Amino acid sequence: MLEWLSTPLAYAFMQRGLLASLIVGIVCAIIGCYVVLRGMAFLGDALAHAILPGIAIAYLLQGNLMLGALVAAVAVAMLIGLFSRKGTIREDTAIGIMFAAALSLGVALISSIRTYAVDLSHILFGNVLGVSSSDLLLAGGLGVFVLITIAVLYKPFLVISFDPVLAATLRWPAELLRIVLLILLALTIVVSLQTVGVGLVAAMLVTPAASAYLLTRRLPAMMAVSAAIGASSGVLGIYISFYWDISSGAAIVLVATLIFFIVFLLAPRKGLVWQRRRK
Amino acid sequence: MFSVENRLVLENVSAGYSGERVLDNLTLQVVHGGQVAVVGPNGAGKTTLFKVLVGLLPLRSGQILIHGQPLGTHTDCVAYVPQRSEVDWRFPLTVTDVVMMGRYNRQGWLRRPDQNDRSAVQRALEQMGIADQSHRAIGDLSGGQQQRVFLARALAQEPHILLMDEPFTGVDAATQETTLALLNQLKAEQVTVLVSTHDLRMAAERFESVLLLNKRLITYGPAQQVLSPAAIQQAFGGRVMFVGDVAVVDECCPPEG
Repeated sequence: MLEWLSTPLAYAFMQRGLLASLIVGIVCAIIGCYVVLRGMAFLGDALAHAILPGIAIAYLLQGNLMLGALVAAVAVAMLIGLFSRKGTIREDTAIGIMFAAALSLGVALISSIRTYAVDLSHILFGNVLGVSSSDLLLAGGLGVFVLITIAVLYKPFLVISFDPVLAATLRWPAELLRIVLLILLALTIVVSLQTVGVGLVAAMLVTPAASAYLLTRRLPAMMAVSAAIGASSGVLGIYISFYWDISSGAAIVLVATLIFFIVFLLAPRKGLVWQRRRK
Repeated sequence: MFSVENRLVLENVSAGYSGERVLDNLTLQVVHGGQVAVVGPNGAGKTTLFKVLVGLLPLRSGQILIHGQPLGTHTDCVAYVPQRSEVDWRFPLTVTDVVMMGRYNRQGWLRRPDQNDRSAVQRALEQMGIADQSHRAIGDLSGGQQQRVFLARALAQEPHILLMDEPFTGVDAATQETTLALLNQLKAEQVTVLVSTHDLRMAAERFESVLLLNKRLITYGPAQQVLSPAAIQQAFGGRVMFVGDVAVVDECCPPEG
């Protein structure tokens, strides 16, 4: 068992991969609590796909891919916030428009680069083995920034999510806070890019948080449990990916999903088995 | 022009949602510690009036003064008890968590609850008779208990002006009684209260003033004067029928748009 755990650690790329998946597991799972509670799953998925053109442009300009993704994600987050401001059009409509537009632009740009085929699959589904030290540093820095901001803005985020009318009564800037939350979500997606890829990041935002929701009844506890599930899915997924030679992103998401199924069945009070027995 | 006694002054207030004017040129004053029942048919602008008062809807024209100052100067003195349907009760919060939100105006974004906050929350919970529920998840409560959680939160806020949107709708008799007892106590504490209700009898019997509203002000004054058959007829239009001395309003209480 110990050998099973220690063998991959002999490789530097595996050490970086484990660290990266740990960061992704935790950051996604914590901001994911707001994604689940506010019903923003569609938005998370859209934001993830919307960073494709940013990556393509960065590649064409031979710049840093993560930086390109970062700029694109923040731009799209702010555009969605702008379109749906004061309910001019519904948020899910704004998302639908931006999602498809950005994805098309990304595919159009990428299809013009012939040698890009291999890298594209890495962007879509992650390639944790290709995480460089500088990538890891950027992911770690962004991750810490996201977590600190969520901690500092705990009360305002809670109020705008649970009771927007109270936010208005308190004269807290609900619109601005909503856009800050969108930008944090965009940063989180960029952090996740190399580990789970844009195609699967939505699952890391939603699945651990949904499991945690079934197990807890207060938001801080939900965030802690979600982070624990996200982190263990990340680490376990990397090991499975190493030994069975499957895509790291897919392995991580499948572990998180398995945990969700178990929780959904067996959770005290809210689980399926518990509710059946009470009837 | 207005005496300081007037805690709440509305002058020619108009407001509404995009394109549609819901409140039309409303002018009225509520005295320090006054209790006003806001009565009118669905769509009369009762909820809109409250949303304007808490700053959720901008004014189209006119002005609102609280303690002689324009709306927004005092951020801590208006508390709003929304209709229960306005929040997501599946949110992972306990009763204490929600009531503690009443202290957020004093705490700001960063300060953690101190002894004052905790005792204010405890007092509010006891006053509303839900102290024994304090650690339960809000989603597990009955409708009446959820209503009390909101009332306790408003109490913890220690407001000067309290707005309650349909607090008597769809709750059990015990919660109605607790709410009415609370009104008496707020009277003693000189808190100004505006309550929207469909219940004409409740308005007539339990409130000193009644504001009869149908987009514009129909009448406003002591309950006995305001609730004349003619005024009710004017506010509710064809949806009211008089059987002897009793006014029957053909309307239940769906949430107001």
